[in-house]
Amino acid sequence: MIDSIRGQSLLTLEGLSARALVEILDTAETFVEVQSRTVKKVPALKGRVVASLFFEESTRTRLSFETAAKRLSADVLSLAVASSSVKKGESLRDTITTIDALGIDAVVMRHQSSGAALQVSRYVPHVRVVNAGDGQHQHPTQGLLDVFTVRQILAERHDTTGQESGAELFEGLHVLIVGDVRHSRVARSDIQAYTALGAQVKIAAPGTLLPVDMQEWPVTLADDFSEALEWADVVGLLRLQHERGSGSFVPSLAEFTATYGLTMERARRLRSETIIMHPGPMNRGVEIDSKVADLPSAVIARQVTNGVPVRMAALYLSVAGLKEDGAA
Amino acid sequence: MSSLVIRNGMIAGATSLEMGDVLVVDGTIVETGEISSVPSGVAVVDAEGCWVGPGFVDLHTHLREPGREEAETIESGARAGAIGGFTALVAMPNTEPALDSVALVSYVLERGARTVLDIAVAGAITVGRAGERLAPMGELAALGVRLFTDDGTGVQDPSLMRRALTYAAPLGVRLAQHCEDESLASNGTMNEGAISSRLGLIGRPALAEELMVMRDIELVRLTGGALHFLHLSTARSLALVHEAQRQGLRVTFEVAPHHFTLDESACEGFDPIFKVHPPLRSAADVLALREALRSGMVDAVATDHAPHAPELKDLAFDEAPAGMLGLEHAASLTLEALGGGSDVALRFFELLSRGPARIAQLRKSDAHPRHSSHGGSLVAGEDANIVVFDPRARWHVDADGLQSRARNTPYHGRELLGRVRATVAKGQLIVNEGLLI
Repeated sequence: MIDSIRGQSLLTLEGLSARALVEILDTAETFVEVQSRTVKKVPALKGRVVASLFFEESTRTRLSFETAAKRLSADVLSLAVASSSVKKGESLRDTITTIDALGIDAVVMRHQSSGAALQVSRYVPHVRVVNAGDGQHQHPTQGLLDVFTVRQILAERHDTTGQESGAELFEGLHVLIVGDVRHSRVARSDIQAYTALGAQVKIAAPGTLLPVDMQEWPVTLADDFSEALEWADVVGLLRLQHERGSGSFVPSLAEFTATYGLTMERARRLRSETIIMHPGPMNRGVEIDSKVADLPSAVIARQVTNGVPVRMAALYLSVAGLKEDGAA
Repeated sequence: MSSLVIRNGMIAGATSLEMGDVLVVDGTIVETGEISSVPSGVAVVDAEGCWVGPGFVDLHTHLREPGREEAETIESGARAGAIGGFTALVAMPNTEPALDSVALVSYVLERGARTVLDIAVAGAITVGRAGERLAPMGELAALGVRLFTDDGTGVQDPSLMRRALTYAAPLGVRLAQHCEDESLASNGTMNEGAISSRLGLIGRPALAEELMVMRDIELVRLTGGALHFLHLSTARSLALVHEAQRQGLRVTFEVAPHHFTLDESACEGFDPIFKVHPPLRSAADVLALREALRSGMVDAVATDHAPHAPELKDLAFDEAPAGMLGLEHAASLTLEALGGGSDVALRFFELLSRGPARIAQLRKSDAHPRHSSHGGSLVAGEDANIVVFDPRARWHVDADGLQSRARNTPYHGRELLGRVRATVAKGQLIVNEGLLI
């Protein structure tokens, strides 16, 4: 298990211990306060260069990361490479070595292919790579901001702070993840974050949207979606990526909504304190009813807000941790 | 021509391993055993401690010419083969364009004749390997083509495959199938299972291979045709073919070294060097293949040597092409799987030379006149296609030190047991002391 990401690339949440996760969450909490200042900047990464390299466009994630880097006073190189590297005839290695030649300390990378961030970290081992989503593999900062948001809300309820609570509020917490787990990098990161912190995770999805082999996954399958909703302290919905063909894994979007959508009727089964989450962008009316998305217990906007301090923490620990630890 | 004598080796004949010498004059083995009087001026190859056997025959080499000469040429592939102890290669037809006409097959045969090895050609089963209509198998058979395959993919349409088997049967040729049902395997990049599920990579299920093996066994039963299964990779595939063989069907199969040395866990690091079709399978499948090799239940080892330009293996895992190099380390990996020791020598030559020569029809009894004969017994009168293999030598694979134009070996840095000391192909000493002459 890895106990700290200081000075390390952040490619996956697989293998991170509760201690490593809590360190990131605690660091993020110190950055929350920065957002409420008039001058929303700390000099932590002053003089450092962070490149944001999005092979697959995602305005929200890119903005969140770039805002995070700027609040840490890093210089940001924003590179538009959304068109496929293959179409341009350039290999992943050539793309990253070219950008590295500009002189960078870190790269925030989004790619449509699973594993691309890990590959890039091998090509430029001296550069810290922060994975902003790779194919259907991992989306570490989304997993982190999800557990951060849950901890923040639970701490408020218990009249404590996240930092004081560490990981203890996750002990035995019931988390239900619903929908297209098979194609979801968010689900893979979420499951690893929640279970490492001590939560119990259940999955509810039609068989075709489950990964082919989940035997090693630290989760259980919900036999009955309605009962699972009553069981849940947290419901994490996933986007049905019908633009990538996930729609063909179910007979129709309407049937998916009828069987696994969080409709108003189903939302009424939730306990009042159950937290509803969605990584966005939502398909309103598909995996989540529009009215449910606007319930007070739906914390989707808060997830987005928390994205910035969590990404500041990831960048800070990954990049600034470098010299303090004397790591090469 | 020239003369040479191979001294003090252990000669792997048809049934035994015996100390002795081999004298080659003008491309033919003229004497074996203890040779007391060697004519003066004869080149001497020291085979002390080595096995001397029939040169290896690869049923499955992608030479990439025409079309992908940046990855390999017929000439560079032949050199890689020579270093690996091969004396004959069967060139796969998935070039650009595919080898589906007299002109294209003749081109490869003529180019091949100028290399140090015998280059046989496998023709395409269907025009352009498109799986729509039959290629001119009769015309190509007349040129000496003995194997036909759409390798790269299998013939998906069962009706067309049935027709191909029926058409090929009286031509005295054999079809060879890349078994993967594309509707099950398509878009998949590694073996389907727990690891692919965790890595978020789309899987190519074992069933995609096994289903086509089942289908083709039944088509062979129906048509009475002859079929060779390329690079079988799962325990179940082997069991299916063994059962068909017991029933007397005319089916043979090969396994590739990467499938009996590497398992799906190699894909954990998302390095496209480990991407291959069929994919690296489960550890249990690897063990089953190794067990089959040891117990004599495999017809041939074939490399599926698949060179790719380096930049293509620097793409993302799902965007990179499938395939890995094989010629220069296949023999070492086979020896390792067999467990080393001199008692495996005959099995070793059966797997790498005699078995494949039989399937490719390259033996003295059936070789087309344009090729010399391979897979022999090392007796006087045979064409001199010989390998001198040191089963105790250890060496490290260096991707930059290979004869292939490409570098996509999954074994870079790995220490291997057993190395080719000398290769005599078409009567000429082309490799000595492990180096090309």
